[in-house]
Amino acid sequence: MFAGIDIGSRSIELILLEDGGVVRSGRLPTTFDPAAQCRTLLDGVRPKRLVATGYGRSLMEKLAGELAPGLDVQTVTEIKAHALGAHHRFPEARTVLDIGGQDTKAIALLPGGKVGKFEMNDRCAAGTGKFLEYTAGVFQIPVEEFGTYALQGDAAPDITSMCTVFAETEATSLMAQGEKPQNIALGLHEAIVKRTANMLSRVGLQFPVVFAGGVAHNPCVRELLSRKLNARLGEELLVSDDPDMNGALGAALWAARQS
Amino acid sequence: MAESAYKEMWEKLNLDIDAHEGLLEVLGKFYGDIYLSQQGRLQGAEYLDFVLSEVHGLRIKELQDAKAQGRKIIGSFCVFVPEELTLAADAVHVGLCSGADAGTEMAETMVPRNTCALIKSFVGFKLAKICPFTESCDVVVGETTCDGKKKAYEAFAEHVNMYIMEVPQQKNACDHDLLRAEMKRYMEELEKLTGKTIGVDDIKKGIAIANGKRKAIQGLNALRKADPAPISGRDALLINQISFYDDPVRFTAKINELCDEIEARIEKGEGVAPKGTPRLLLAGCPMAVPNWKLPYIVEGSGAVVVGEESCIGSRNIRDLVDEDATAKATTVDELLDLLTDRYMKIDCACFTPNDERLDNIADMAEELGAQGVIHYALLFCQPYSHEAFKVDKTLQAKGVPMLAIETDYGMEDVEQLKTRIEAFVETLES
Repeated sequence: MFAGIDIGSRSIELILLEDGGVVRSGRLPTTFDPAAQCRTLLDGVRPKRLVATGYGRSLMEKLAGELAPGLDVQTVTEIKAHALGAHHRFPEARTVLDIGGQDTKAIALLPGGKVGKFEMNDRCAAGTGKFLEYTAGVFQIPVEEFGTYALQGDAAPDITSMCTVFAETEATSLMAQGEKPQNIALGLHEAIVKRTANMLSRVGLQFPVVFAGGVAHNPCVRELLSRKLNARLGEELLVSDDPDMNGALGAALWAARQS
Repeated sequence: MAESAYKEMWEKLNLDIDAHEGLLEVLGKFYGDIYLSQQGRLQGAEYLDFVLSEVHGLRIKELQDAKAQGRKIIGSFCVFVPEELTLAADAVHVGLCSGADAGTEMAETMVPRNTCALIKSFVGFKLAKICPFTESCDVVVGETTCDGKKKAYEAFAEHVNMYIMEVPQQKNACDHDLLRAEMKRYMEELEKLTGKTIGVDDIKKGIAIANGKRKAIQGLNALRKADPAPISGRDALLINQISFYDDPVRFTAKINELCDEIEARIEKGEGVAPKGTPRLLLAGCPMAVPNWKLPYIVEGSGAVVVGEESCIGSRNIRDLVDEDATAKATTVDELLDLLTDRYMKIDCACFTPNDERLDNIADMAEELGAQGVIHYALLFCQPYSHEAFKVDKTLQAKGVPMLAIETDYGMEDVEQLKTRIEAFVETLES
């Protein structure tokens, strides 16, 4: 049995692989005590090897001895993990987009799921899940429902600021001007999609594109991104049922591959 | 590294003693984490540790002693300021403090917020009164290599005795003439300052010392071609950094000794990282002390840095003043011509076009056996940020992958940089 764990800024995902198939998966919010959450997820789990990814990946190296003496723990970056996971799920994929809690990554895939070129946002959380979460808060809507809400809009005003805080200011002033809230929500989603599309073009966008990470659950981002990328017929975004597990899957695959 | 013995000296230099203590404390901790924790370090690194531990102590005392003997202290921020002439005037040439977030809020009262970290830092160090080098200077020589510096020097002149040297931005005959005229003007300024007439032998002596220093680092860089890498990129960067601070003759002797030790190590097949460790070249903006952020992250990501294409690196040492022609020269004018020839070869991003830099980076990557290049630009440094695109294109054509990074001296993006650099290293391995 091999394990992959993705310690992200918002959530931690675990995947266990046996004979090439997923035998268990789990997910917990990261909270302010990610170590405790990791312990809970890994309770009773004794994999042959554990590969950690995500911004908290080095935490697992520290926890290794405590979890199980002699547990083989390695780390890979989210970039590599997402490339491996996306290639496994969609072997024909050429580009991966991962929008997570605080990072957005665009990855050009080489044959075999290797990473060619990649781009990642700089220090600021513009265009990430955090942006959606923050702006959904302005509407007092749970972030999980924000995409469906935004899809009710019909004419998106231009939100020019990509800074999460300034975008909120823009949204608030649009509200004060009497703009329909669904339209403002749509505008905020468009702002993310515009930024993401730019990042994809910088890695040399090629179809098929896999959309992974928690934000891939958002129907509005998916819809707008498909349109923006001008996806040709039959080449819409590839999104799995559990896009947020993609990184953990990639890490588990890497664990299995090292034997 | 704070020494109470120097307190009196620092007080005389009008440093803010408390703030300075604080700086040394942070610097000492930083140095311990990044340098002293390294495994398999060279014996000769003791010299580096010593220089750094005394950079605000013994070295400043040496500057004060030199001043007491009537010698002048010249501070500079750029490899375009010809050290040969400073030495010819029997003055001391030193780099000034930058490389850390210091006095940032004060600096922002004099320069715009969206100014590169290097400029903000040198202004901040001065305003916060924590740079004993700046406080020791008789004159600070600025240069016109970018608009940010050019304008910052105007504000800086309110606080120090400023002299500005113009650097051309193209490489035509008239630009050569401009730099030649600036060499002469700088020499005359030094004569005015020191009361000494600079003669042929003085310049020859200056050239010999500066060439000696450059040759020592050239020798070091040649040894870094070995796999396993015999010295860490951090230590090599530090050597390049202290070449701006320490006495040049002592520095040359010590680095030559260190190179002997490295040769012995190469013969035994020993290194700071196992053979086959991914090798990276850093290219771009200068990294002043204590800006060790990027090499530290790179070398913590399973790679080793084998070269620095930077002003605090190869750009400062690649070209020598022609030694045969110097030996034959009989007039000051001839020597100024030779100096100008040497300095016009510098491939600073302030030049347009600057295609030689692209070739130099590709050549360095090949010679040093680097599998990848990390292009480093300080936020708001237009010239290097622009050139990142061209460098990437050139390297792509040669099949050498490049990662472009824009950052500053702050630590808040360390985790993101780690992810990007580790991912870059992963692509080189798999």
